[in-house]
Amino acid sequence: MNKLIISPSPHVHSGDTISKNMRGVLTALMPAYLVGLYFFGLGALIVSLTAVLSCVLFEYLIQRYLFKEPITINDGSAALTGLLLAFNLPSNIPIWMIIIGALVSIGIGKMSFGGLGNNPLNPALVGRVFLLISFPVAMTSWPRPIPLNMNYTDAVTAATPLAALKGQFVEIPKTMDLFLGNMGGSIGEISALALLLGLAFLLIKKIITWHIPISILITVFVFTGILNLVNPELFFKPPMFHLLTGGLMLGSIFMATDYATSPMTTRGMLVYGVGIGIITVVIRIFGVYPEGVSFAILIMNAFTPLINNYIKPKRFGEAKK
Amino acid sequence: MRTFKMGGIHPKENKLSAGKKAEIALIPTQAIIPLGHYLGAPSTALVAKGDLVKVGQMIGQASGFVSANVHSSVSGKVLKIDDYIDASGYKRPAVFIDVDGDEWLETIDRTNEIKRECMLSAAEIIKKIISAGIVGLGGATFPTHIKLLIPDGKKANVLVINGIECEPYLTCDHQLMLEKGEEILVGVSILMKAINVTRAIVGVENNKKDAISNLQKLAKSFSGIEIAPLQIKYPQGSEKQLVEATTGRQIPSGSLPLEVGAVVQNVATAYAVYEAVQKNKPLFERIITITGKSMMQQSNFWVRLGTPLANVVNQAGGIPDDTGKIVAGGPMMGRSLSTLEVAVAKGTAGVLFIPTFESARKKMQNCIRCAKCVTNCPMGLEPYLLMKQSENTMWTEMEINRVMDCIECGCCSFTCPSNRPLLDHIRFGKMTVGKIIRSRKNP
Repeated sequence: MNKLIISPSPHVHSGDTISKNMRGVLTALMPAYLVGLYFFGLGALIVSLTAVLSCVLFEYLIQRYLFKEPITINDGSAALTGLLLAFNLPSNIPIWMIIIGALVSIGIGKMSFGGLGNNPLNPALVGRVFLLISFPVAMTSWPRPIPLNMNYTDAVTAATPLAALKGQFVEIPKTMDLFLGNMGGSIGEISALALLLGLAFLLIKKIITWHIPISILITVFVFTGILNLVNPELFFKPPMFHLLTGGLMLGSIFMATDYATSPMTTRGMLVYGVGIGIITVVIRIFGVYPEGVSFAILIMNAFTPLINNYIKPKRFGEAKK
Repeated sequence: MRTFKMGGIHPKENKLSAGKKAEIALIPTQAIIPLGHYLGAPSTALVAKGDLVKVGQMIGQASGFVSANVHSSVSGKVLKIDDYIDASGYKRPAVFIDVDGDEWLETIDRTNEIKRECMLSAAEIIKKIISAGIVGLGGATFPTHIKLLIPDGKKANVLVINGIECEPYLTCDHQLMLEKGEEILVGVSILMKAINVTRAIVGVENNKKDAISNLQKLAKSFSGIEIAPLQIKYPQGSEKQLVEATTGRQIPSGSLPLEVGAVVQNVATAYAVYEAVQKNKPLFERIITITGKSMMQQSNFWVRLGTPLANVVNQAGGIPDDTGKIVAGGPMMGRSLSTLEVAVAKGTAGVLFIPTFESARKKMQNCIRCAKCVTNCPMGLEPYLLMKQSENTMWTEMEINRVMDCIECGCCSFTCPSNRPLLDHIRFGKMTVGKIIRSRKNP
C-alpha cells in the first residue's frame, strides 16, 4: 500500500479553483465581446488582443525577473484584467497607449501590491483612469458603431450619448438601440443585453452574488429617478437612460464585483453598491466628466477595507437577544 | 422543504453503501475496550488482569459528571489494562480482553420481540440510561443523561432527534432507521417521557426517502412524534443548525439547545436507549459503515465495540490498493488514521478509504477575497479573517470575531478556490482562545 496521508479535516474539497472562477468570468464576458467585435470590427479585435497579450506578458515578466517567483499567468487573472481593460477603451486607440495602460494595470495596479488578491484597487480601472487622465482626447473619441468595420484608427468618431448630459449636442439613439448596443462607446460597454446575459451566467455559476450589481443599478435608477421627478428640466434624462448608457452595466456587473477589491460580507456589498451608485450619479450630473462609473468604483474600492472592518456578517444566534 | 438559513454547502453525497443491510461483524479474538471518552474523565476499571467477564458486564465505572459507564462487548478473560492509542490519536486507558465463546449476561433480553410499553418514571429511565453507559452516538459521545437532567429553572418543550447524517459517504444512521425504525421511535417516546415533553421532531435529510417513509408510516402509531424531511445541506447534523431547521429557533451564541427549549439526541442514541430501557442491554454494539470509491463492496456492519477496525475491514474485502488516506468517520469532520489497529469505540461511525488522487491537498494560493468562505459559513463568521489573525497570533481580535462560535464543520476549507487551510488555522486559534478564556475564569 502507498504511504498514508494524515491531515486534519475536511478531507474533501469542492474542486473550485481560481482559474475556474476566472474562466467563468471570461466566459460571461463573451456576449459583450462579440457585440463589441460586431459593431467596432477590426479595431476592437486589435485593441483587445493587444491588451490581453500585454497584460499577460507584463505579469510574466514581473514574476519571472522581478519577483523571481512561480509564474501564475495560467490562472487567467491577467488575461481577464487585459480583456476588462480593452472593454473600457475606444476601438480606435493607438496600440502604444494600450501597452502603457496594460503596464499600469498589471505593474502598478496589481503586482506592486503583491499580485492577485492583494491589490486594493481594480487593476483594469487603474489602467483605464490613468489613460483617461493622460490622453483625454484619444480616450473620449469613440468611433461610430458600423457593423463589421474594417478600419482601425481612421474611423469616423462620435461622442457617446452620455455627453448629452454635459450640454453637447448628441444624437440620442432609440432605447432599443441603447439596450442592444448600437451606439458609440468603449468596446465592451455598449450592449446592456449582452452584459445582462453575462450577469445571469455569473449568478447561475455562483461566481458572484447579486448584491453588488443589483444594488448599484437600483441606486442609480432611484437616485436619477428622484432628480428627474424633482426638476425634469435641469435633470432631463430619465433613469432608464442612465442605466443603459456609459459603462454602468459593465462597471456594476464586471468591474465592481472584482473579488479582491469588493467587500467580503453581503451587508458590506450592499453598502459598497449603494456608494458606487450615488458617486456615479453625482459625477455624471454634477461633475466635469460625463462618465463617473470608473471613478466611483475606484473610490469605493478604497473604502472596502474600512467596510470589511466595520460591517460584520449577521452572526448565528444574533437575531434573538 | 425546511432547512437552516445561514450558509452551508452541498458536497457530493457519495452514499455508496446506502441500503446495504447491516451484516454482523465477526467477534474478534481480542477486544480492546476503551475506558476513555472523547470528552470528560476516563472511567475507572472494575476488573483486573485474569478476571472472567461476560457480554454486557460493566467493566468501567463513570468517574465524574462528564463520564460514562463502560461494558464488555465480549466474554472471556481480561488480559491487561493498559494505555492504548485510540482513533482520536490520543493515548487512553483500555481493557484488553481475550475472547472465549459468546456468553451474555442473563439479564439481557436477546429476543427480537419489540416491547413498546414502558411503565418507568422519568427518574428510573434516566437511571437505566446512566447504568447502560449511553453516550451521544452522533460523534461527540457526550453522555446522554446529562442532556436529560434538566437544570432547575429551565424547561424543555421539544425533543429533536437527529437522523440527518449530512456527512458524505456515511450510511450507518440511515441503515438503522430502515432496520430498526420502530425501536427508534419507542426510544424516542422513552426520551420524551424522560424530559417530560409531548412533542418530538425527527429530522431526516431528503436523500433518505425510504427511511422517511418508513418512519412516517411507523410514527402514526406513536403520539407526538413528527418526521420532518429536510432539504439536503451540510452541516445540518450540527446541533445548532438542526434545531433551527426543525423548530425555527436559533440557539444564542455560547448556549445549549435547552436555552430555546430543545433537547437534541441522535437516532442511534434513541435506539441505544430503547435497548437499555426495554431490553436491559447496555451499549456495547453499534452500526458502522465501511466505504470508499475503490472498495469492491460497500457495507454496513453491526460491530461489537472494541473490535479492531482491521478485522471489520478485512471482512468487508480489505483495504483497496489505491488508498491514500483512511478516515475514521465522514470526510468533512472525520479523523485521518495512520493504522487500522484501532478499536471501534462508541463514537466510531465508519471507515472511509480515500483513493490517492483525492487524498492530498492541492497547493495553497493567495487569498483572492472571493468571500465564498464568508457566504458559506453556517455560523456567520469570517474564516479568511480568522485565519489571518490566527497566523498573526491576534487572539484578542479572534475572540471579538467570535472564533469560539466556530463548529469546525469545514465549509470554509471545502469551498476555498485557493485551497487555503482555513479550518486548520481557525482550530488552532480556537484552542488558544479557549485556553485564554478558561484561565481568565479561574486564574
